[in-house]
Amino acid sequence: MSERATSIPPEEQHDDQDQDQDQDQDADATANADGNDTTAGATGADAAVTGDGTQPKPVTTGAESVVRALENAGVEYAFGVQGGAIMPVYDALYDSDITHVTMAHEQGASHAADAYGIVSGEPGVCLATSGPGATNLVTGIADADMDSDPMLALTGQVPTDFVGNDAFQETDTTGVTTPVTKDNTFAADPDRVGTDVSEAFALAREGRPGPTLVDLPKDVTNAETDREPDEPATPDTYEVTEEADPTIVASAAERIENATRPIMLLGGGVIKGEASETCREFAIEHDIPVVTTMPGIGSFPEDHELSMEMAGMHGTGYANMAITHCDTMIAVGTRFDDRLTGGIETFAPDAEIIHVDIDPAEISKNIHADYPLVGDADTVVSQLARAVETSPQATKWRAQCQQWKSDYSMAYDAPEDEPIQPEFVVEALDEATSDRAVVTTGVGQHQMWACQYWTFTEPRTWVSSHGLGTMGYGLPAAIGARLAADDDQEVVCIDGDGSFLMTLQGLSVAVRENLDITVAVLNNEYIGMVRQWQDAFFEGRHSASDYGWMPEFDKLAEAFGASGFRIDEYDEVADTIEAALAEDGPSVIDVHIDPQANVYPMVPSGGDNGQFALAEDQL
Amino acid sequence: MSGDGSGRRRGLDGPAPEERPTPAGRRNEQGIRIDPEVEAKQEPRRTVISTLVEHEPGVLSDVSGLFSRRQFNIESLTVGPTTDDDRARITLVVEEPDPGIDQIKKQLRKLIPVISVRELESDAMRRELALVKIDADQPAEVAAVADMYDGKTVDSCPETATIEITGSRQKIDAAIETFEQFGIREIDRTGTTALARGTQSTAAPASTTESTAEAASHPQNQYAPADDD
Ligand SMILES: Cc1ncc(C[n+]2csc(CCOP(=O)(O)OP(=O)(O)O)c2C)c(N)n1
Ligand SMILES: [Mg+2]
Repeated sequence: MSERATSIPPEEQHDDQDQDQDQDQDADATANADGNDTTAGATGADAAVTGDGTQPKPVTTGAESVVRALENAGVEYAFGVQGGAIMPVYDALYDSDITHVTMAHEQGASHAADAYGIVSGEPGVCLATSGPGATNLVTGIADADMDSDPMLALTGQVPTDFVGNDAFQETDTTGVTTPVTKDNTFAADPDRVGTDVSEAFALAREGRPGPTLVDLPKDVTNAETDREPDEPATPDTYEVTEEADPTIVASAAERIENATRPIMLLGGGVIKGEASETCREFAIEHDIPVVTTMPGIGSFPEDHELSMEMAGMHGTGYANMAITHCDTMIAVGTRFDDRLTGGIETFAPDAEIIHVDIDPAEISKNIHADYPLVGDADTVVSQLARAVETSPQATKWRAQCQQWKSDYSMAYDAPEDEPIQPEFVVEALDEATSDRAVVTTGVGQHQMWACQYWTFTEPRTWVSSHGLGTMGYGLPAAIGARLAADDDQEVVCIDGDGSFLMTLQGLSVAVRENLDITVAVLNNEYIGMVRQWQDAFFEGRHSASDYGWMPEFDKLAEAFGASGFRIDEYDEVADTIEAALAEDGPSVIDVHIDPQANVYPMVPSGGDNGQFALAEDQL
Repeated sequence: MSGDGSGRRRGLDGPAPEERPTPAGRRNEQGIRIDPEVEAKQEPRRTVISTLVEHEPGVLSDVSGLFSRRQFNIESLTVGPTTDDDRARITLVVEEPDPGIDQIKKQLRKLIPVISVRELESDAMRRELALVKIDADQPAEVAAVADMYDGKTVDSCPETATIEITGSRQKIDAAIETFEQFGIREIDRTGTTALARGTQSTAAPASTTESTAEAASHPQNQYAPADDD
């Protein structure tokens, strides 16, 4: 088996003349081709036509073909940080219409690209240099991988001759990122590097989306080539099943018709597969209550009568009752993460599971699927819709679900004489913004309050770090979301004090680019979620969770050149939010909330969803 | 401390956990609903998975990384060229319960450089090669045992003899056990290589449609002894 270095073509290989030769050719074979005659740039004429109708200049270097590949794919924005090994690519970007947003930290670049991908549906692009640039991207790549978000990362690499020598800023980037990418490639050939990028872009988007990475050695991007990149297409070895097996669809449909306690469980795949509309129609047509996972938030309007909202660790009590007692679960685009299922033994134990997923490996990975339906969410739910002839007889069940909605209401206390309760702030922000406002978050209690108390009605408006749970996601995600969202969509980051501290250097980017985002820091001067667990499970021993002191975020914002606001009292909430939203550029509201506030309901890790705690004494 | 100045009980209202109805059913750790009557805990079985991959850098680490990352139980992995210069074959012997074997196949198929994945039938041809370096104090006896296992002496000196044995895993295990009486200095084993029988092709065209039912229909312990022993 060849190791990485052995497949690297000899230095001069880009001079190879045989332009029409199959690109899959073994490097060594083509290197020896004797060369004088053939027409250079045979594929140059096929280059995409630019927006204004002019032919783009033919590429002359590997770096130019990288940028051309991005342009061909319709990329408008890229997020990144410069550095030695990626300089040739940046130099080519200088002449491109692609808008590059220079980030303050590569982690921010990958989160911004991730959020751009969530909101726009197209892969977000991030760039970094080799070594520390690449490793700084890793958190955001891993985040995108866990949440199946489309993203393309381009990293500089030391020249191929230096690879393996522990050269300055050398990191085995493909090695480091293999476990956290959908696919990655070490670009070894200047004639092929553009196509590597096209292919990575296509792979990030097609089928189950995810992050892809192309590692770009400096000699490859610097080298001469006249080879235009191929159009974005996935490799032949990549297969996606769009339509589910009709016989399983038929038996699943029969099961749905005969269900007495049906629910739909909508996951993030519904949003990525653009299946929200079809799922809504199906649920409403057949009067089936709908539960979502956390990434599935926005797939179904939470103000609809059939909505039971989010299930799982901090899901609503009614969603967890519905999920525990249903007899038929139509689960679409979900991977049954443990934060959703709690203990496997007690997860929907009476339910036959109809599992729709585009990734066959998700079927029966965690929860056995009685009706495995591999395919595209929209296609398969449409197949089901055609196959189901009569609605399930579930009047009693629906009444039960409504009863649970009132039994386990999310209504909270907000005594006037206590510090501000965070739920109130989330509701006030929701009220002050439109239905299409985009919400990003950090990770912790504030994230859960955002899920629970913001009423989401539209897909691609909830942008959070679900699977990886990355503190610091909120602000850079707001930057990416802002550039992907329409101008009339507000972008609000509901952050925690601890999370904000992790990536707040991104404020410099938001100010420089004059991005209209509003950051509301729910400041409890605590690593709040950890403090809550310590109170519940570690006898209140607040080891390393009590900051006790926090910078004044409003003043910090002003130092960056953003607008700073502060809220301490209930009667300041509405006016201050309005003023912050009215700012054209970035604004930060430092909201001093009740440091003792806790998130409920709560299912402890591995617990029984139906036994969620409503207060600490029930844990 | 968790001291809460106000002294009010924090949380939400609603029936307490013990006041709620609870469902009767249960799932096992594999997420399968269990009929309490027939508790079906799936036992691990050993099987051979053959994969055809693009002969490109990193593919071996993609495959081995997948196994360690997902805690799949792997017994051996061999890799080598095929008739096509651009393709290599990786043969894996794994031991997992049926749902795990199913996951292995699906996760392998997800790797982009993987072209096809196939679980071989129990009658597939399997061979492993071992070199066993033995103390040669009793050359005649060593030669006799080597003969018993169709072994070939590839090296000998006054102190040691090195025997090459080819065959099924069980045969090699047995040979090594027998050689132990002479004192074994070193062993190297290649791991299992395998091909499907007759006109069957080991590398079925990439099939994502292989049904879960197929895996379920495999007999529980399908690692039958190979043909040569
Ligand atoms: C990068 C990272 N480090 C550590 C954690 C573990 N962790 C989870 S929640 C949390 C507290 C977050 O504090 P803050 O952002 O203030 O949110 P709060 O819970 O107070 O709302 C921590 C440390 C994490 N999720 N991510
Ligand atoms: Mg906090």
